Amino acid sequence: MAPAMSANQITLLYLVASVCFILALKGLSSPTSARRGNAFGIAGMAIAVLTTLAVIAKGRIDLVLLAMVVGGAIGAFVARRVQMTQMPELVAAMHSLVGMAAVLIAIAAVNNPASFGVPDPLPTGNKLELFIGTFVGAITFSGSVIAFGKLAGLGKQFRLFSSAPVVFPGQHMVNLALALVMIGFGAAFFLADDKAWTAFAVMTAIAFVLGVLIIIPIGGADMPVVISMLNSYSGWAAAGIGFSLNNSLLIVAGSLVGSSGAILSYIMCKAMNRSFISVILGGFGAAEGTAAAGTGDKTVRSGSSEDAAFLMANAESVIIVPGYGLAVARAQHAVAEMTEKLIEKGVNVRYAIHPVAGRMPGHMNVLLAEAEVPYDQVFEMDDINGEFGTTDVVLVLGANDVVNPLAYEKGSAIYGMPVLDVHKSRTVLVNKRSMASGYAGLDNPLFYMDKTMMVFGDAKKVVEEIVKAID
Amino acid sequence: MSGTVDPTVLNLMVFVLAVFVGYHVIWNVTPALHTPLMSVTNAISSVVIVGAILAAGPSDPDFGSILGVVAVGLAAVNVAGGFLVTQRMLEMFKKKQPKAKGSE
Repeated sequence: MAPAMSANQITLLYLVASVCFILALKGLSSPTSARRGNAFGIAGMAIAVLTTLAVIAKGRIDLVLLAMVVGGAIGAFVARRVQMTQMPELVAAMHSLVGMAAVLIAIAAVNNPASFGVPDPLPTGNKLELFIGTFVGAITFSGSVIAFGKLAGLGKQFRLFSSAPVVFPGQHMVNLALALVMIGFGAAFFLADDKAWTAFAVMTAIAFVLGVLIIIPIGGADMPVVISMLNSYSGWAAAGIGFSLNNSLLIVAGSLVGSSGAILSYIMCKAMNRSFISVILGGFGAAEGTAAAGTGDKTVRSGSSEDAAFLMANAESVIIVPGYGLAVARAQHAVAEMTEKLIEKGVNVRYAIHPVAGRMPGHMNVLLAEAEVPYDQVFEMDDINGEFGTTDVVLVLGANDVVNPLAYEKGSAIYGMPVLDVHKSRTVLVNKRSMASGYAGLDNPLFYMDKTMMVFGDAKKVVEEIVKAID
Repeated sequence: MSGTVDPTVLNLMVFVLAVFVGYHVIWNVTPALHTPLMSVTNAISSVVIVGAILAAGPSDPDFGSILGVVAVGLAAVNVAGGFLVTQRMLEMFKKKQPKAKGSE
């Protein structure tokens, strides 16, 4: 069976698979074409896997199939059971698997290059690429494990998973030194004539440690960037493995994923007004609570859920600004119900989404979609920011920093961060559990404006009360 | 001009072109679908399963092929999990067209 397919045929089938992957990503340009895109992705993967199975048909296909069935069943189970609020954890966990798989493949490639059709001993060029693929894969693995722990809130069980930044003196110098040592061992592996297992093993071990050290100083607020970054790394690891095995499919797929993650990291950094470097260096959100002090003399106006219901039901236009607090309170379905009632009353209701409203890129959109909020009611920040000036009532649910007008004031900690211009609307309703400051540790002048009414309480309870009061 | 092109050079060509394609395709993705984008790219990057299958391939079992089998399992979790969870999310983005009920 093995000679049934020539190297050319295999490569052509891999080309078809690569095109399918590109179409899968292209489909995501709109919700209507996205499902067809996903089907292309599945088709591409099926072609890739079946082609490769045909290549090893004479080998130990039984064990491979068994591993695929077991792994696939676990994946399918998790995909079905996971809650949408847990999406960031799931994605982090999946990144770690890609990273680990890349490392294992790299070790197998050092051990027996012939099984990949690569000359044994490995040519120097392939060794360099293998070195890169391995350390990126190892960093992806251990970094993603830490990110997973932070996102899943396992900080109490294990200190490295703390969502607060874990910092120690000289951290960056240690990281730099380790990175240099790792590259040194990588070079030794690269230059050696034989397999050079020792250099390879030490290099890989250091990479695993580095992955941990790179992620621990990054605080919970920066997680959207971290996940995007690890997404990117997992792609580059796949591409690196593709280079060392001379496999174009892995290179194409890896590069697509790598650039996707890089672009998402960029978008997230911009939305948080952080430079990529400052996120990586970490420490943000460690002990900056002092900024909120000195606000004792300002007064807030608070009202009941009934007041809020009255204001919204009698408005012409309402914009809802959901933040992660909404998801924590599991209030999405109540909000969707409230929106329906308001629309029945003839109110124009829309949602305004800040790019970092959730805990990963696009997270809030998925949470609203799950609550069956039609996507044509949901607007991105850039599309709706001009509309606040002509809006009667804005309801802010569990969001804080992303609606903070201090972003327009020079000298404030968040100066320059893109925010939703909620303060321009006629009336602002803010639901919060208390007056505590947001992730950035900043006070929010929006809460003290004359046109602002605070509605204190759990988001779900408050929204449910509003729903009742609208009738 | 003589001699054959080093495979690494060809790989580099594929790589650079793919990064360009990726850059342009990803910027066109609507921000509302960034989470499905991450889960589907996750599934796509587990195309390393191809490398894992090759590693597991040789009929004489050795240390490397065992690692290959393990890698196949890990990548398979991602392939199935990534595509299915993406599908699940995209279904949510579909349901909500109350006016277009007849089209399904």
